[in-house]
Amino acid sequence: MMRGNFLSFVKKESLHILRDKRTMLIVMLIPVVLMILFGFAISTEVNNVNVAVVAAERSDGVRDAVERLSHNEYFTFKGYIAQDKIDSYLRSGKVGAVVVFAADYDRCAELAKQGVEEKPIIQLIVDASNVNTAGSATAYLQGVLLGTASEQAMFETRMLFNPQMKSAYNFVPGIMGLIFILVCAMMTSVSIVREKEVGTMEVLLVSPVRPVKIIFAKMIPYFAISCIVLVMILLLARYLLDVPMTGGVGGIFSLSLLYLVLSLSLGLLVSTIATTQMAALLISAMVMMMPILMLSGMLFPIENLPKFFQVVSNIVPARWYIDAVRKMMIQGLPLVAVWENCVILLGMTVALLGVSLKKFNDKLE
Amino acid sequence: MTDIVISVRDLTKRFGDFTAVDRISFDVLRGEIFGFLGANGAGKTTAMRMLCGLSYPTSGSGTVAGYDVMREGEKIKHHIGYMSQRFSLYNDLTVWENMRLFAGIYGLTKRETEERAAELLDRLNFSSERNTLVGSLPLGWKQKLSFAIATIHRPEVVFLDEPTGGVDPVTRRQFWEMIYEAAEAGTTIFVTTHYMDEAEYCSRVSIMVDGQVRALDTPARLKQQFSAESMDEVFRTLARGAQRGE
Repeated sequence: MMRGNFLSFVKKESLHILRDKRTMLIVMLIPVVLMILFGFAISTEVNNVNVAVVAAERSDGVRDAVERLSHNEYFTFKGYIAQDKIDSYLRSGKVGAVVVFAADYDRCAELAKQGVEEKPIIQLIVDASNVNTAGSATAYLQGVLLGTASEQAMFETRMLFNPQMKSAYNFVPGIMGLIFILVCAMMTSVSIVREKEVGTMEVLLVSPVRPVKIIFAKMIPYFAISCIVLVMILLLARYLLDVPMTGGVGGIFSLSLLYLVLSLSLGLLVSTIATTQMAALLISAMVMMMPILMLSGMLFPIENLPKFFQVVSNIVPARWYIDAVRKMMIQGLPLVAVWENCVILLGMTVALLGVSLKKFNDKLE
Repeated sequence: MTDIVISVRDLTKRFGDFTAVDRISFDVLRGEIFGFLGANGAGKTTAMRMLCGLSYPTSGSGTVAGYDVMREGEKIKHHIGYMSQRFSLYNDLTVWENMRLFAGIYGLTKRETEERAAELLDRLNFSSERNTLVGSLPLGWKQKLSFAIATIHRPEVVFLDEPTGGVDPVTRRQFWEMIYEAAEAGTTIFVTTHYMDEAEYCSRVSIMVDGQVRALDTPARLKQQFSAESMDEVFRTLARGAQRGE
């Protein structure tokens, strides 16, 4: 009998969600839109940079380097230009970067190979009006040219895990951290508070259903939706944005499930504090969204934050989640390698769930 | 058979220094329509919450449907129905889905649910609206549906907390007919109201002032006792003595 009334609750909650087509659509569309937006539109990555080459002599070494450049999908080789044209080409925007080979490039390269002091000299002149793009273009150009310039090359930079510096790689974990808080925490809290506001909660409390059951029945459909969204994000990340996910999808999935439960507990906590749907929304937005955007490392690296905020960021669950997902998705680490993050998230989940269930029960009396 | 469904002795609820309900005692008999009156802040809601098992009394004793309000709050919940002043069905669910939900909550089987739902829909002449979203029904219909659903598990007592607030006189009239029908079928009705004409419909009426029950009798005898023309007059005579404001 008890199982029966629990199931009828889950059914009811699912119906609420299904009937509210607009909200459903938003929940399903937001991840897709965010992924596409961050994956393609807002990007600091090297994409289609036009490159011109200045070389006094088209030696074998130079030709080899140009060959690499033109075969690279992120650069378009625009041809050889004269030394005095560099400025005008960059100014007019015809090219984004110019690679200048020294006149004795081949000889230097040869000497370098033999272990002689002299190194081949390549100059990169880059349009830095967009600092981010310029930075990554430079780094990537170096990477591409590195192969040409012998083992003793002059560049020391090495891009690991994400040599193309694709920004989508970085944003996908961030979006995941954000979206699950949005779906789980915000939507559950609003839906619990709605029942309080409308007055249906009163009737439920007079009924023999235990309050804890009401809450869990509410969480289940949102949990299910979040799982669908999770699968959607992972598919998009893998097949649309080509995120490698070498660390194993299983690990990412398990960690995400933990994060989902955490978000749901957070939502429950908000619902015990807020008395109106508006308040629930505001609390979710101010107390949860802002820290995630600012302090989780999603947009700004935590190391770049002022000391104070670095300390504060430790209590933002999304920080630990995003960090772990990043490690698994991009660096290809297995789940065990991020056990510290897992333990912290687990601890936070237990604490949040405990506090919010206690608060919820206290409120009833 | 005059068995007692609700029995309360010296029931008290204190919040800190404030005594919301002050040693109230009364009995409600099976099949009675018991009017529970009082100005706002007189302690009606608190008293009712204790009887519904939502709040523990500070002292005193009482039973509802044979269960102790002190110790058996959860059991009480199985045997009572409740309808609040605010409309409390789900607007985004259909008539049938609302019925199924509450039947499920009270542990009715699938067959029982089908039967009771069909019976209630039939009685309300609602069969055609079975799959209508509750939100699109007129208010009067919603109130009637609320009452029907509050009794879907055939509770011994139904608590109605100002059930007719904001409803037009014709619908109120119809609503009271439903209450009468249920009472005749043996369901005890415990109703709070602000409408004094409704108080006249009750079998017995209690009037709370400042947390205490100041008067309890049939409407006719109350009027006689206070030599008043109407219940409205009786109520105002008593409420005038109130110490507490709103």
